[in-house]
Amino acid sequence: MIEAQELTKAFQDKKRGKIRAVDAVSFRCEPGKVFGLLGINGAGKTTCLRLLATILKPTSGRAIVAGFDVEANPGDVRGHIGFLSTATALYGRLTAQEMVEYFGRLHGLGEAELGQRVEAIFAMLGMEEFRRRRCDKLSTGMKQKVSIARTLVHDPPVMIFDEPTHGLDVLAARTIVGFIRECRARGKTVIFSTHVMSEAEKLCDSVGIIHNGRLMAQGTVAQLRAQTGAESLEDAFVRVVAP
Amino acid sequence: MNLRDIRIIYRKELRDMLRDRRTIISMVVVPVLVMPALMLGMGTAAAKLVTRARQEIPKVMVLGGEDSPKTLGELKGLKTIEVVANSADYTNLISEKKIRAAVKIPQGFDAGLEKGEYQIVEIYVYAGEMKSGFGAETVENFFQRLRERTVRERVAAQHFPERLLKPFEVRQTNVAPPKKVSGNLIGAIIPYLLILTCMMGAMHPAVDLTAGEKERGTMETLLCSPVSRTHLVLGKCLAVLTTSAATTLLSLSSTGICFELGKRMAASGGLALPLTMDAMGLAAVFLMMLPLAIFFSATMVAIGLFSRSSKEAHSYVQPLLVITIMPAVASLLPGVELNSGLALVPVVNISLISKELLSGTCHWSYIAIIFGSTCVYAALAVTAAVALFKRESVLFRT
Repeated sequence: MIEAQELTKAFQDKKRGKIRAVDAVSFRCEPGKVFGLLGINGAGKTTCLRLLATILKPTSGRAIVAGFDVEANPGDVRGHIGFLSTATALYGRLTAQEMVEYFGRLHGLGEAELGQRVEAIFAMLGMEEFRRRRCDKLSTGMKQKVSIARTLVHDPPVMIFDEPTHGLDVLAARTIVGFIRECRARGKTVIFSTHVMSEAEKLCDSVGIIHNGRLMAQGTVAQLRAQTGAESLEDAFVRVVAP
Repeated sequence: MNLRDIRIIYRKELRDMLRDRRTIISMVVVPVLVMPALMLGMGTAAAKLVTRARQEIPKVMVLGGEDSPKTLGELKGLKTIEVVANSADYTNLISEKKIRAAVKIPQGFDAGLEKGEYQIVEIYVYAGEMKSGFGAETVENFFQRLRERTVRERVAAQHFPERLLKPFEVRQTNVAPPKKVSGNLIGAIIPYLLILTCMMGAMHPAVDLTAGEKERGTMETLLCSPVSRTHLVLGKCLAVLTTSAATTLLSLSSTGICFELGKRMAASGGLALPLTMDAMGLAAVFLMMLPLAIFFSATMVAIGLFSRSSKEAHSYVQPLLVITIMPAVASLLPGVELNSGLALVPVVNISLISKELLSGTCHWSYIAIIFGSTCVYAALAVTAAVALFKRESVLFRT
């Protein structure tokens, strides 16, 4: 489960002074559900997810991820999440198998368990053909599969996806969307940021609209449409961020 | 401290680096092939050039001397020079390297010698030009021999003993052991070379594992793992230290081999160099270099972490390399000796103690101060790297 309470992150910017990239954001995401964080570029989606992944420390507020406090137990939080974004690249000089094994070891898996996990994931994602190929020699789709395998190797109960389909072609994006559905089906807690409304409409059980760091609205897609009187999620989003 | 995590990071970073062509070039190719090729190649080329210049019979112009047939005849009879026709344009001819030197014999030189008059023979040379110098040297040697012969004849004519010209002899006897002589000669160059290679060995890997990771987008991937940031930095620093130490060791070995080869080449040419390489001394130098290698590795890692890209990191590291060369040169400077003040100055202290160690001198107090102080500097550099890695403003600097 993920629970954010008044989560805030402020930065000092040379030109703009103090800015609140994430401003008192509160939401809750249950296991077996997908929570979508919608916002335009620079709205605060990535910062919010980085706070949940403990890559950044909150200025105020708190968040509980998989039962651990992000400030008090950041190592435990990272040990129970899988984080995937377009910014989480692969080590080009490692093979697909070495890459997945490396992160398995970093997550504390023993060699026997790691071997079993790697075999199972590689079979599930159809990665046998390129398991010994270096990551810099892989196609975009293959790289996406390696990234997915990397996030799954320790079987985390919480998955965080930051614009995971950004810049991908249709086939690679479908792999990711299928993977998110699979995570939900397996009972994982999933949080997913995007600015592609059609994706959010297809995948999310509930969504939150973030703008200028503030969570402007949240609920199911149907609830948001009803609240704004819009016919689609996209219209609802526009009415919330640019009334 | 979780040693397992550090070992996992270290092994991955090492594997990653060893698959990087640029790391292999800076770690293996440069110290093993390029440096010895430069040292041996330059030395051999210089020796060949000097030998060839010595073998050339220089063209020398004799100005005057028509009224001194005896001296002129002897000069022309020399097989080591070729006397060319007289010309008023001799300075230009020397400048244009058409002749190597010219000698002006004063008017009535032979007669003046007979009468015991004081005379001046002038030799014209192009200063700094090796072949012109050899030509002038041959002519000067000829007149030196003529002067000594004349003096001996005059002394003999007065029935004075020849010993009158040389009332006593001055001799120098070397009391320094051969190791000390070698240490003073080669011990000055080796620390400089090693400090340089130690730093260069750390440079590229450190930038690649930090700024390079940021650039390639793998830093965020790594930060998602449960490993603490302290362990991440320590693993990276250890990997960089390994390449730095390996580069230093390879450089040390190849320098030793080059040195032995050079000595054998000189010996085959009839030149016995009074130089020896002390294996124990070299091992001691390598041990003293280790904390310095940690200091360099951690400093480079800190710079790489601070930088937004590899390009930015290299722009910070290059000036640092120049700054480091200056204190490393300390061992090459004449008269600079180790004292308690210099023993605390980083790089200078290692440079000077290495020179001492290679010449067989063992000042235990200095060794302790230098090793201890360099360990402190290394610990400070590691602490700074860890502190930087924990700062969000540094990791996500845009």
